[in-house]
Amino acid sequence: MSATTLLPLQQDSIVVRFGRWLRRDIRGALSLAFLLLLIVVALLAPWIAPYSPTEQDYANMLAEPSARHWLGTDDLGRDVFSRLIHGTASSLYAAFLAVGVAVLVGVPVGLVAGFMGGWVDLAISRCIDTLLSFPAIVLAVAVTGAMGIGLTNAMLAVGLVFSPQLARLVRARTLVVRQELYVDAARCFGASLPRLLLKHVLPNAIQPVLVQATLLLAVALLAEASLNFLGLGVQPPDVSWGMMIARGYMYMEIAPAQMYVPGLAILLTAIAFNTLGESLRVALDPTLRGR
Amino acid sequence: MLTRKKLGMIASRLLQALPIAVLATFVVYSLMQLIPGDIAVTLAGENASDERIAEIRELYRLNQPFLVQYGSWLWNAVQGDLGVSLLTREPVAETIARTYPTTLLIVAYAIVLSVVIGVPLGILAASRPGSLLDSGIMSIASLGVTVPNFWFGMILALWLALGLNLFPATGFASPGDGLGTALWYATLPALALCTNGIAEVSRQLRSSLVEIQSSQFVRTLHAKGLSPASILWKHGLKNVGVNLLTVISLLFNKTLAATVVVEAVFAIPGIGSAIVNAVLQGDFPVVQGAVLAMVATVIVVNLVTDVLYTVLDPRIEQA
Repeated sequence: MSATTLLPLQQDSIVVRFGRWLRRDIRGALSLAFLLLLIVVALLAPWIAPYSPTEQDYANMLAEPSARHWLGTDDLGRDVFSRLIHGTASSLYAAFLAVGVAVLVGVPVGLVAGFMGGWVDLAISRCIDTLLSFPAIVLAVAVTGAMGIGLTNAMLAVGLVFSPQLARLVRARTLVVRQELYVDAARCFGASLPRLLLKHVLPNAIQPVLVQATLLLAVALLAEASLNFLGLGVQPPDVSWGMMIARGYMYMEIAPAQMYVPGLAILLTAIAFNTLGESLRVALDPTLRGR
Repeated sequence: MLTRKKLGMIASRLLQALPIAVLATFVVYSLMQLIPGDIAVTLAGENASDERIAEIRELYRLNQPFLVQYGSWLWNAVQGDLGVSLLTREPVAETIARTYPTTLLIVAYAIVLSVVIGVPLGILAASRPGSLLDSGIMSIASLGVTVPNFWFGMILALWLALGLNLFPATGFASPGDGLGTALWYATLPALALCTNGIAEVSRQLRSSLVEIQSSQFVRTLHAKGLSPASILWKHGLKNVGVNLLTVISLLFNKTLAATVVVEAVFAIPGIGSAIVNAVLQGDFPVVQGAVLAMVATVIVVNLVTDVLYTVLDPRIEQA
């Protein structure tokens, strides 16, 4: 490809390029649409859900799916469909919170390690290796135990545990970017260290982070489900998908829908995050284009 | 097989593991610093007497500087003394010895299943890259990464144990009661845990086999008239087999983590259940001891697979 064919592409506005990507990558577009729908559902939950998540229908406990209760009811006569809708918010909040923390902690650490080099890099890299040796969920469980049980603490813990993965990625990318001529040029013009890192290195090292962060959303969602299943996250009367599975598990022989439904919700959402991440990887990596 | 160069590499790998091991103990001990407020009061639990709080303060040397606390904890830990449970007063080392073998058996079983199922799938997918079979297998693999293990475990329990009565739905037999019975009980948990492993093994094997097939020496073998099948078996697998070691060491970490939740589903008294119960009851010495045991195992497994890799891969010699 010659430079003349590249130039017009880069002049397209981001909206045009985004539209082109959506048309070409149908699976990515579907995943994005599904996730946007989930966000809308999460925001509008009180208006969409037919019942309150805590409203009990004493005449219909552990009911089969019916016209009245689309996905049946749980052991306390609560509408599973409504609880699923209300659980969307806490599941998405948890996934985004955890990945947000991982990015906020991991990216600066990786930038500093990769850019400074020397003993700073050595020390940070050893710490990253150490933290990656911990089985992630186990460390998250222990951190939650220390900080106190609850959804926000649990997801802060998951975010902290994920951050070394991003730090390692950013460090590797920064090692490459800091060799570039434009970084040298900026340094010669007297750019300060924060300016160098934020204006010159970070924008060129951020693309793999975007991909990895999207993939991590899927992992965070599964971690959220696990911690909630174990009872370390959301506490009643709040609802989450992981908690619904735990409840449904006790009665799965009588009312299996209660266990299947929230699990499928988690599975579909995780697939959507994963597919979107893979699509981003292909869209952002010039060497993979056209495959 | 072991030349001076390889011995040197193994030695430097051992030296690398040392600071990681020390840092890991530091992380485990520092976990306690995350406890909000007065640590002794929190650890003693609700309605604790002043004597109990003082006892705990003494036990953890909480009135001394942090590094002194850490130092004495580490000194005891190295000698196998991880303190006692705040609730049952059982030595933590004994809790670990009682629960960990069960967990390790399930993890090992799950990894064996991952390899036994994942390798044929990877070879099948790589034998016709781009075919319907290939994309089918790879789709199943990505499903294996995203399915919540504990939920899959419940479905297995519902279908295979409660429905078809093939396996016990919950509980566990320790390896001491006969390996057959233990494996019988461990089958469903291991199946629930191996989805991720199957995906990782088959993906890794497929991508390295596909890469090999497009390399120069395979083209030469083609030109010599070897059938694609024998190229794949004789030359392809030989080249990528060692890579599986790396996958397995990564898998060990992930599977160990996932066991914590799967143990809860199948009511297995493993180390994962021990950690979760300890967290729910605020029994922090057990949490620290169990996390330490798990991270130590991961570090050792990583080290062993790296050393094996160095020993087994002839290409390292030329590099």
